[in-house]
Amino acid sequence: MSDTFTTLADAVPLLRVTEREVRIWRRFWHTAVLSGVLIPLLFLGALGIGLGSLVDDNQRSVQGLEYLVFVAPGILAATALQSSSGDSLWPIMVGLKWMRTFHAAAATPLTPGQVYGGYVAWIGLRIMFNCALFLMVAALLGAVPSPWGVLAVPAATLGALAFAAPLCAFSAVQDTDIPFPIVFRLVVVPMFLFSGTFFPVDQLPNWLEPVARITPLWHAVELCRGATTGSLGLAAALVHIGFLSACIAAGCWYGVRAFRDKLAP
Amino acid sequence: MSRLLGKFVMMSLPDRPLRDDAVSPGGDGERDDSLLVRAKALTKRFDDQLAVDGVDFGVRRGEVFGFLGPNGAGKTTIMRMIACVSPISDGGLSVLGMDPRHDGPAIRGRLGIVPQEDNLDTELTVWDNLVVYGRYFGLPLALIRERATELLAFARLDERRDSRVDPLSGGMKRRLTIARALINRPDLVLLDEPTTGLDPQARHLLWERLYRLKREGVTLVLTTHYMDEAEQLCDRLVIMDEARIVAEGSPRQLIERHSTREVVELRFATHEEQEALLPRLAGHGERIEPLGDRILIYTQQGDETAAWLSGQGIHPDSVLVRRSSLEDVFLLLTGRTLDE
Repeated sequence: MSDTFTTLADAVPLLRVTEREVRIWRRFWHTAVLSGVLIPLLFLGALGIGLGSLVDDNQRSVQGLEYLVFVAPGILAATALQSSSGDSLWPIMVGLKWMRTFHAAAATPLTPGQVYGGYVAWIGLRIMFNCALFLMVAALLGAVPSPWGVLAVPAATLGALAFAAPLCAFSAVQDTDIPFPIVFRLVVVPMFLFSGTFFPVDQLPNWLEPVARITPLWHAVELCRGATTGSLGLAAALVHIGFLSACIAAGCWYGVRAFRDKLAP
Repeated sequence: MSRLLGKFVMMSLPDRPLRDDAVSPGGDGERDDSLLVRAKALTKRFDDQLAVDGVDFGVRRGEVFGFLGPNGAGKTTIMRMIACVSPISDGGLSVLGMDPRHDGPAIRGRLGIVPQEDNLDTELTVWDNLVVYGRYFGLPLALIRERATELLAFARLDERRDSRVDPLSGGMKRRLTIARALINRPDLVLLDEPTTGLDPQARHLLWERLYRLKREGVTLVLTTHYMDEAEQLCDRLVIMDEARIVAEGSPRQLIERHSTREVVELRFATHEEQEALLPRLAGHGERIEPLGDRILIYTQQGDETAAWLSGQGIHPDSVLVRRSSLEDVFLLLTGRTLDE
């Protein structure tokens, strides 16, 4: 694993920053696998199967789907995004301010932009790994009816990065970690709950529905659900991918500048 | 060990010529191919604050070059500009014959950086700190392992190879940071306040390691606010004060040029006593410097001055005759002591 990655990082310098994370992750990979399997089991067990049996008994279906099938891609995208938020807050403060390891990296041929990019690439890699485990568990529980479901892994990763890339930039420009819990409580948690994860956004009050539709999570959930159920048209998929890609591009633009201001003022 | 350092000699004597077009001409026509760093009217502004105000200096291949000055004099900012992690505001700077504005990654690839604040990776072991850092330079793993083994011996950390960084002492951490800075076989090593915060024993061990690098021909640039460190280590240095260079030369030259051979230090029981005596000293020695807690008499013959004092019936609490130091040079040039 590490030697393959090393070869890749020889060609793409920013991946040398990713390589440091891979090196640390490798020491705890069994914990990562365990939690990667446990989280979908808990969520899908409680919500998909537990709560889902109530929903199915009363209403028979949500958007014509068994509740487990409806909710699994939502939880996939939402847990991916939540987990990537954690990676985008305190670890940035650690690298820029508390341990200053990003400063150490920026004293080598790597540029501040590459340090930012390499770290964001690591978030993407880790999320993709977790999503693959999630999807396997979901498929075993019968929550993935379509073979297109494999595309939910890159879709959820794209959604997570659409939030993580700008969030890393935001974290970089903070002087303290005081805003971080607020970001979690006022942004991540509401988005987790109200972006079409557990119920369709048209159930929301009229004024709230458009807000839900401009969150990266809603686009990610729609993409994932479209993939696992095989029901998404190409045009709609392209709109979601376009929106999420634009969030990533904006985040990178902002992040490269924020890291340059901090590492090479 | 000598094998490792032997390679340093080879590395620090590359046969590539230095490019001269990277620096804006300063007008004095000085062109010396042995200069690894050349600054002309180098200036750095942060918003409207002037951190470095038009300084000129050159670092020669193989020497230990120092920036001596109090905190806030602009030393660290100059180091950061040389390290290409702080863009210059004005003037010219050439590092290893390249222009930091365009060649940052190429220059940093041939530098070794020891920052003032330790930024070792506390999530990694001592060994992995070297490996990961080597990978930032894109070095192959086999080569990194070979060098890391030698560098841990050089830093006297071979027994701590698998330890985490946190339990290491301050001196060990600093030596690990130096070892890390050598992983790419740099042509030039920048050390910002290398011994600040270390106890005397750790300082001496560090100095001894730096001597060793110097003997092997590695070019070192360091900043310090300790005059003894500057005297011990530097072949040449500049004294900085308030963003400017106020003097330049070898420690001996600076003392000869700006101070007397000896200094007589007088301490008194009370400040009033000191104040009362001051007028009686007028005209003795080449210069009198009253400080908060003592009077310094700059003189060529300290013992004669001390004898004269005693002959005059002047008996302070203590009389110390010593040789002039860089501290005196700084005081005479700026009117302040280094720790003020």
